[in-house]
Amino acid sequence: MCGIAGLIHRGKSSNVGNELQAMLQALKHRGPDSTGYALYADNDGQNFIMRFKVGENVGEGSSSINEDESVYDKRKELVDQMLKSLGAKVLKEEKLTPYSYRYEMQYDEDLMDFSKKIESIESVEILSIGKSLELIKDLGDAQEVLDRYDLGKVRGTHAIGHARMATESGVDIKSAHPFWGYPFSDVSVVHNGQLTNYWNNRRMLENKGMRFMSECDSELIAVYLAEKMRNGATLEEGMKDSLSGLDGVFTYFVATKDSLGMAKDTMAAKPLVLYESDDLVAMGSEEIAIRSILPQEIDTYDPFDGEVKVWQI
Amino acid sequence: MANLKTTEKKTKAQSMGLHTEVLTGKTQQKFFNPDEAENFYYWGTYDVDFNKRIDLDVNDLDCKEANKKIDELMSQGYGTIVIKNPQGKHSLGVGILNKLNLIFEGSLGYFGVGSIDGPTVRINGRVGWSCAENMMAGKVVIEKNAGSCFGAAVRGGDLICKGSVGARTGIDQKGGTIIVGGDAGAFTGFMMQRGRIIILGNVGINLGDSMYDGTIYVGGKIGSFGSDAIESPMTKSDVDWIKRKLKVAEIGENFDISKMTKVVAGKKLWNYDALEPTEKKGAI
Repeated sequence: MCGIAGLIHRGKSSNVGNELQAMLQALKHRGPDSTGYALYADNDGQNFIMRFKVGENVGEGSSSINEDESVYDKRKELVDQMLKSLGAKVLKEEKLTPYSYRYEMQYDEDLMDFSKKIESIESVEILSIGKSLELIKDLGDAQEVLDRYDLGKVRGTHAIGHARMATESGVDIKSAHPFWGYPFSDVSVVHNGQLTNYWNNRRMLENKGMRFMSECDSELIAVYLAEKMRNGATLEEGMKDSLSGLDGVFTYFVATKDSLGMAKDTMAAKPLVLYESDDLVAMGSEEIAIRSILPQEIDTYDPFDGEVKVWQI
Repeated sequence: MANLKTTEKKTKAQSMGLHTEVLTGKTQQKFFNPDEAENFYYWGTYDVDFNKRIDLDVNDLDCKEANKKIDELMSQGYGTIVIKNPQGKHSLGVGILNKLNLIFEGSLGYFGVGSIDGPTVRINGRVGWSCAENMMAGKVVIEKNAGSCFGAAVRGGDLICKGSVGARTGIDQKGGTIIVGGDAGAFTGFMMQRGRIIILGNVGINLGDSMYDGTIYVGGKIGSFGSDAIESPMTKSDVDWIKRKLKVAEIGENFDISKMTKVVAGKKLWNYDALEPTEKKGAI
């Protein structure tokens, strides 16, 4: 039982960091282990923003092995060297926590090859690459993660987020949502449910050169959609295909640079409440998530089984 | 073997005379003494006056506090309670076992008005999953849409949604009537055992899947029939009954009832009919 939330402002920007925090905080009872944000911020759109981690949060509740912080610095140096050898020009770097960084950089080559090389360094994982995507995930509730990464000031057009209750994999950042749609810039996915044909799909996709960083079944959705899109499908086509390609129960959101989509499995086994108006779409696992940003009386509904919807900004 | 007659410590039930055991060669159990009947009362119920009306703003209360407050107001004799600002909170108005006029000015979250026995509830907004689960009696009217598992395991009463509902409406239904003015999702009437469902709009796939008994009436298109759900001809008594129910529900005034599809159980999934009536009751 995880909680997912998403919103998209059409035609304008808003304080999506604070709005998503309010929605995810309302869903805390559905997932207290970790919280993730995928915010599509009002950046200048010129440079890539890469968020990556060089270690795990080993705080209270974590299932990761405790490491000395000096190891993190060494890994960061290795990443810097790798970036240099790949020809990426780092314009700005921020150390957010001892184990996670945000780089603004210029890079014009293939992102798949780039990611593979960066992630060949031990325990280094790229959380996201994108020109507007800011993907943050860490242990703790929505407020704690917001404060830790100073997300309250982020303005943007749309966002998706996740409050995770760890079930089939550990309490750590690598298994936390959202998942980046590797190797596509600005694609992220959050999921509520269980996928039962994870290993079959994983083996098939790995044979096609796709990468999995965790053993979390939800990661499959991001990789599945990325593979479809790499072969020329649109996001909506990939999502419709996933209804039969993925087995199990799920409701998931996927966001790209300029769109936000939702898909619900054919059994309608996982909850989703949706509010749709001309300038705002807000959705979440429970009505209270929507009410946390729209306290006035509104009309909401549950999408039906097998429904796929995509909204543009 | 211990002689229960000489056992000094009695359980609460025994001290109330509900459950006495006497060893006279064989154990005799007496679970209910009619002489004690006047001491019985239905725990948690109140005599209320419908003319006593009060507003309750639950914006700053959590669901436990709000439900306790409703209980407190009923104990003071308030018979019409208007809940303001429910804001999608879960489990509001549950476990009310007496007559009451309960009005929600807003939307409820999950498990709203569950396990009720008697009240008349009007919800001006929307409800989340599992609204009125296990309702025994009463009437619940929802002005907007409802989530999945609408009226799960209801045993009696009328449950009315004027908008559309999610999947698995009337799952495990054991009695009563569910009326939906709009569309319904997949698995409507899944494993239903008794009672009736009326859907004026379209329904999704697997309608009435694995139903044991009961009847589903559909006004619109049917996605597909589930296992053991079959179509049955509409009779005049069906039409009359639906007409009466829709009038009570205040929806579908000009709806052509005679064109509705009636769905019942094929009763082929298990040997339901081979059972004696008493066994049947036990099975349900």
